[in-house]
Amino acid sequence: MGILQKLTEKPWLVTDHATAGDHDEVSVSAAPTGLYFYFAVATVMFLLVGAMYLMRMGVGHIGFGLDWRPTPKPWLLWVNTFVLVLSSVTFQQARVAARRDQADRVVTLLLTAGLFAFAFLAGQLIVWHELAARGYFLATNPANSFFYLITTLHGLHLVGGLVAWSYATIRVWNGIELAKVKLSVELCAIYWHFLLLVWLAFFCLLLVT
Amino acid sequence: MAYATLAEDLKELHHPRSWVGKYIWSQDHKYIAVQYMMTAVAIGVVALVLSDLMRLQIGFPGSVGFITPEAYYQMITMHGMIMVIYLLTALLLGGFGNFLIPLMLGARDMVFPFVNMLSYWVYLLSVLILVASFFVPGGPTGAGWTLYPPQAILPGTPGRDWGIILMLASLAVFIVAFTMGGLNYVTTVLQARTRGMTLMRMPLSVWGIFVATILALLAFPALFVASIMMMLDRLLGTSFFMPALVSQGQLLGYNGGSPILFQHLFWFFGHPEVYIVALPAFGIVSDLIATHARKNIFGYRMMVWAIVIIGGLSFIVWAHHMYVSGMNPYFGFFFATSTLIIAVPTAIKVYNWVLTLWKGNIHFTVPMLFAIAFIFTFINGGLTGLFLGNVSVDVPLSGTYFVVAHFHMVMGVSPILVIFGAIYHWYPKITGRMWNETLGKIHFWFTFLGTYLIYFPMHYLGLLGMPRRYYEYGHTAFIPDTAHYLNAFITTAALIVGAAQLIFFYNMITSYFYGPKAGGNPWRATTLEWQTPTTPAPHGNWGPNLPVVYRWAYDYSVPGAAEDFIPQNVPAYGTSRDHKT
Repeated sequence: MGILQKLTEKPWLVTDHATAGDHDEVSVSAAPTGLYFYFAVATVMFLLVGAMYLMRMGVGHIGFGLDWRPTPKPWLLWVNTFVLVLSSVTFQQARVAARRDQADRVVTLLLTAGLFAFAFLAGQLIVWHELAARGYFLATNPANSFFYLITTLHGLHLVGGLVAWSYATIRVWNGIELAKVKLSVELCAIYWHFLLLVWLAFFCLLLVT
Repeated sequence: MAYATLAEDLKELHHPRSWVGKYIWSQDHKYIAVQYMMTAVAIGVVALVLSDLMRLQIGFPGSVGFITPEAYYQMITMHGMIMVIYLLTALLLGGFGNFLIPLMLGARDMVFPFVNMLSYWVYLLSVLILVASFFVPGGPTGAGWTLYPPQAILPGTPGRDWGIILMLASLAVFIVAFTMGGLNYVTTVLQARTRGMTLMRMPLSVWGIFVATILALLAFPALFVASIMMMLDRLLGTSFFMPALVSQGQLLGYNGGSPILFQHLFWFFGHPEVYIVALPAFGIVSDLIATHARKNIFGYRMMVWAIVIIGGLSFIVWAHHMYVSGMNPYFGFFFATSTLIIAVPTAIKVYNWVLTLWKGNIHFTVPMLFAIAFIFTFINGGLTGLFLGNVSVDVPLSGTYFVVAHFHMVMGVSPILVIFGAIYHWYPKITGRMWNETLGKIHFWFTFLGTYLIYFPMHYLGLLGMPRRYYEYGHTAFIPDTAHYLNAFITTAALIVGAAQLIFFYNMITSYFYGPKAGGNPWRATTLEWQTPTTPAPHGNWGPNLPVVYRWAYDYSVPGAAEDFIPQNVPAYGTSRDHKT
């Protein structure tokens, strides 16, 4: 039933059997719904930071941003982006493997995906280090402030994801029945894709400004 | 992350074994709800005392020795912040959201009980951080509850050293806590309804809490981002919000930031926040009125649509808080229009409440008194909102007591009246005992009439041009002596109303121990929470079988029925009716 149909139901009519209407059985797990709502929350947060970025930069001649000097984009950022794509792709493969009940493959792929994620985080730290070495500190320029702020927010989300990842990986590693971990793997993969999208969006923003 | 849902099966429930497991680290939504309520009320009492202290300073300047100008601003700030966020938001969503959603929907618990428990403890942490700011050197921040930069983090503002840092940290922690709780409430509503409980059969309380939670989930990130960015400005010298400026003869290191950016972020959160508080109150009051007037709510579907529309509109009105910030006048035109449009669905709700009362079998119980008082107060506060929504009226009034009167009426007193009504209404379900009715009525009349004596005259003071936020007025040409007498009167009323709340606490505490047993359904109500097998509801709420829902939540006074209410879980058996509302 579409949402409009639902909202125009006539609830004062009494039905003889309770199943009339939606919701015959309770769905197996609420976790995907929870995760999607979290995406909404995180999307709003990142969008607002993006909006602040543009407004502070002075897009549309709002009048701020006379002091804006774009942050340099070290080539390592391209590598990091690539690594994050790899991490996401590997997660997707793990997800597919989990659906096909290939437990061994799931372990390997999960570990690889996690390693890529760690590599991405390490790469981001190196970028920070490099920028700092060249004198681009957090407070030197608003562009830098935003760069550090956004990479931190994104990185922290990835760290949070890695907590869920380690939980799932340890369980698969210990040989727990794959059916019980399948959902965790699914959700991790979706979460990784989401963070990849966020990163790509921000990277584009960085490149065009 | 907890992946298992608890809606369908008892064996998955986390069964506490020890006292600590049951009452302290509880994952039962009902205990978490009570924990939220107690904490919110406790910190709310602090805010209440602060407001009385401020009133003493305004009504009788200099009468309390320790209220220095700095202390006064600290009190303003903490009073506002605590009341709006740590009391109202936490009590309505964390408290009533937690208690009502699973019980009203026929679920055993929230879908992520562990995260739900975590939500409370993180909330408690945020409250403790906030309280800690009273004890650090320099005291809490005195930046005003809106925390506008640059002054919020400039030297010379009270609490600049520690207070503001703790305030921002506490907000960030609160938002994390709320997000954990909020994801639970939304997911539970969508996934854990029992058989037959369609969306349009949900009681309006749940609708209000549900939409308010979505608003909060989407609005709080703005405050989160603003807090983090201001924290960086304060601690690490970034210039997100801070322009180049000279303070106390010294050029500060900031450059080029824009305070207006903060205002946009703050009010992008701040305006939905009004509805985060109002929508649960709207929902709850609808149920109180229908139950105690023994009549189905008038225009149920319209009520639901109005809640959804108000929720949507609340995201495009934020800049009506910023008419005096120097923003583009065309923005002002847009935001004034959208603000006035919100009056339409809101008026629909008010009419429907009144039409529900019309020809109802009205029982003037204490919850009903509070519900009716809410309608009065909300109309009053809403009408002055129409004044202030217009740019040309807002500009001269915005710095005066008129605004204080408006927002206290509309989002202070109104939701508090609903909260009192709701506490009186559900207290028998939470504790299994009934409170003393006489004390409840005394409490009601003191609170209702008292708040009118406090806030009604403030409109007049505002029209006189009496500026808000001032520590002391002294003698000026445009403020006549009578205004000062009026202020003394308001203060007296405020002290009496504040003291009258002791009646409420006395009633609640003694009734918990000595009140008569209330029985399972003292109000003869239709909604599921009153149909639990035992009262207070047991862990898991429903015993072996979940209730099955056959009808909406408002089958009161159905013609031909044996009683004047038919609970939602009673099958049709020829009592069906087909009438229009």
